[in-house]
Amino acid sequence: MRTRVLLGLAILALLLGPLALAGFAQTNAFIPLLVYRTGPYAPSGIPIANGFVDYFTLINERDGGINGVKVAWEECETQYDTKQGVECYERLKGKSALLVNPYSTGITYQLIPKAPVDKVVVFSMGYGMSAASDGRWFPWVFNFPTNYWSQASAVVRYISQQEGGLEKLKGKKIAHIYHNSPYGKEANSTLEDLAKTYQFELTLLAVDHPGQEQKSTWLQIRRLNPDWIFMSGWGVMNQVAVKEAAAIGFKMDHFIGNWWSASDADVTPAGEAAKGYKGATFHAPGIGYKVHTEVIKHVYDKGKGAGKKEEMGSPLYNRGIVNAMLAAEAIRTAAVKYPKQALNAEQVRWGFENLNLTDKRLDELGMKGFTHPIKVSCEDHEGGGPVLIQQWDGKKWSVVSDWVPVMREVVRPKIEAAAVEEGKKLGYTQRDCSKEK
Amino acid sequence: MIYREAGQFKTSYGADQAIFPIVQDRVLVTLGILAAFLVPPLIADEYWLQAVLIPLVIYALAALGLNLLTGYAGQVSLGTGGFMAVGAYAAFKLTTAFPGLSILAVFVLAGLMAAAVGLVFGIPSLRIKGFYLAVATLAAQFFLIWLFNKVAWFTNYASSGTITAPPRTVFGVMVTGPLATAPVRYVVALGVLAVFALIAKNLVRGRVGRSWMAIRDRDIAAEIIGVRPLRTKLLAFGVSSFYCGVAGAEYVFLYLGSAETLAFDIGLSFLVLFMVIIGGLGSILGSFLGAAFIVLVPIFLTNVPHTLGLAMGVALQKQIELMVFGALIIFFLIVEPHGLARLWLITKEKLRLWPFPH
Repeated sequence: MRTRVLLGLAILALLLGPLALAGFAQTNAFIPLLVYRTGPYAPSGIPIANGFVDYFTLINERDGGINGVKVAWEECETQYDTKQGVECYERLKGKSALLVNPYSTGITYQLIPKAPVDKVVVFSMGYGMSAASDGRWFPWVFNFPTNYWSQASAVVRYISQQEGGLEKLKGKKIAHIYHNSPYGKEANSTLEDLAKTYQFELTLLAVDHPGQEQKSTWLQIRRLNPDWIFMSGWGVMNQVAVKEAAAIGFKMDHFIGNWWSASDADVTPAGEAAKGYKGATFHAPGIGYKVHTEVIKHVYDKGKGAGKKEEMGSPLYNRGIVNAMLAAEAIRTAAVKYPKQALNAEQVRWGFENLNLTDKRLDELGMKGFTHPIKVSCEDHEGGGPVLIQQWDGKKWSVVSDWVPVMREVVRPKIEAAAVEEGKKLGYTQRDCSKEK
Repeated sequence: MIYREAGQFKTSYGADQAIFPIVQDRVLVTLGILAAFLVPPLIADEYWLQAVLIPLVIYALAALGLNLLTGYAGQVSLGTGGFMAVGAYAAFKLTTAFPGLSILAVFVLAGLMAAAVGLVFGIPSLRIKGFYLAVATLAAQFFLIWLFNKVAWFTNYASSGTITAPPRTVFGVMVTGPLATAPVRYVVALGVLAVFALIAKNLVRGRVGRSWMAIRDRDIAAEIIGVRPLRTKLLAFGVSSFYCGVAGAEYVFLYLGSAETLAFDIGLSFLVLFMVIIGGLGSILGSFLGAAFIVLVPIFLTNVPHTLGLAMGVALQKQIELMVFGALIIFFLIVEPHGLARLWLITKEKLRLWPFPH
């Protein structure tokens, strides 16, 4: 009888425990980390999460935090599932979260309407809703250094550079293989516009989630015999695509994946055959930069590394580092403007909107040449940053191009039109940037 | 001793045929419904409402729909996700085309459209049964998802390919959209569930429900005594798809806010089927219990290590959670194959004797 009572009380305590824990104050800068270390997208999610955690650990260990305020974070597993992502966000936002990195376009779309209501910055670096690049409609959402539409235009520009000029694109065949989800479809409208302007033949091929079944897609590719293939894939779709491309003997150096389709996990399964595969990115791969030496010195040598030291330097690990760095610099921008106080979310939002990452600052951070300077403004939450093309040589990724500028004159008007459409759907009004300072 | 109907005499047929004939039951259920309407909006915090209670109510409605089809009419269906998607996309198209229409009317109309689609996909049930019918409904699931992915008209040609719930008000209170507060959405979802649960309970107690159960138990004998299989099975598909369609519309409008077709994939169909199986096939209460089990247990398991102070990596935690969840499902199905509803019935039987055992 007594054991039953005790058991009942224990279960009651476990049930009510989470309620009691909700809402205790944070004196650190708290950042919830939505990660996917399990599930079908784990090979991609793990290096990003590790990069993130390593950089914040570095900041805490080497600098004692951002302007003296230590960074605190809590990982929450989403398995790339929208519902679990929303559940994680709801659970963690109450702990005075300053910003959230959803790492899934699906979860980002869910969080964008909640951001201004809950007052949490949504930092969807290089993914998410491209229309949010217009900060006048989406003040709480940031997707710098560049978005999907800009990336598509930059890849077309790179292709034209390889072909000998934009006029040489006429008559060429470019195929876009995309994940059949809002993420994958992002680049399509920009590619269609560019196809009309430069008169190349564009073929759009959708691959259904999760992307393991691609035989019919590659049959069509074989029949079409395009000159270039651009891929917007994610997770297991990437490795299957690279293997299929190798199987049909496609020229791998004419196969460019976007920045979520070009990491170690995508090319190692295909082995030797993946040599020459290219990918777009906005930061360099590898560990040849001062910031990596610092991470090894202050984090891994002290045994606080999130992953394995050998896994450092993969494109997605560096993605995590860049994401953490941009978040930290935005918080620092806010901390400089509002010194000597625990920052709240409004101030952090201001910090994001006024981030001005210069070459000099990148040098101080040990990231000279690693990524590109960025300036964010009220109208421009994208920054219009240029794109690099990297190539896999069988053992590692290396950069094979200069910074390829995006076609801002093509993309920005489309962004502004889309922002009006998306903003009106949510009942927003356009804010006047000249009135704010 | 407390839970006996001794001394309760019914003096009219109406009183005798009430859903809850025992006074104690009536009192408890009334209190329960009042508590469900009043307590969470007043004291529950946003996390509990947004991440636990609202999905619970919506899944309960979908599970109710599937239970009518699979539990009462015996037609196994794996197309629940597809029918929910029909409801969601129909609601989206209707409300964007007729912004002045009340969102509740939009839900009902979306449900009717889902019912129409369900009728079409229910036609194979007249020829095939059981496992094979499940495969045919799987075709419905995949086809509908493919359709919504392929035809941009359904998303109003949005570049993102997602549907977003526009802001809508009911009697001046914001019900959908980013400004709708969680308590309001919860109360609306609960209200819809209460009304449709009452309708379902009365359906299964009446002629329609009995004809469904006749088809489920022995369809050839049912046909001989005059139950028309065509009408009965199609009605089951129609009503079930109506419920799933409304649940799907609520899923997007009251819970997620915006959705892509991936939200309605085969995983959702299986989830609702598991709710019905664990809760109890052929039982209205079973739909609620099953939905509660499937929604609450993972959240409970996610929070336990945190509460116990165990520092576990998130990956390990998630994998242990999946293993424990699977083990619990197997445990409950071994202990009571007829589901949680049967466990509740057994409890009620024992309560009739308590506290005097013999």
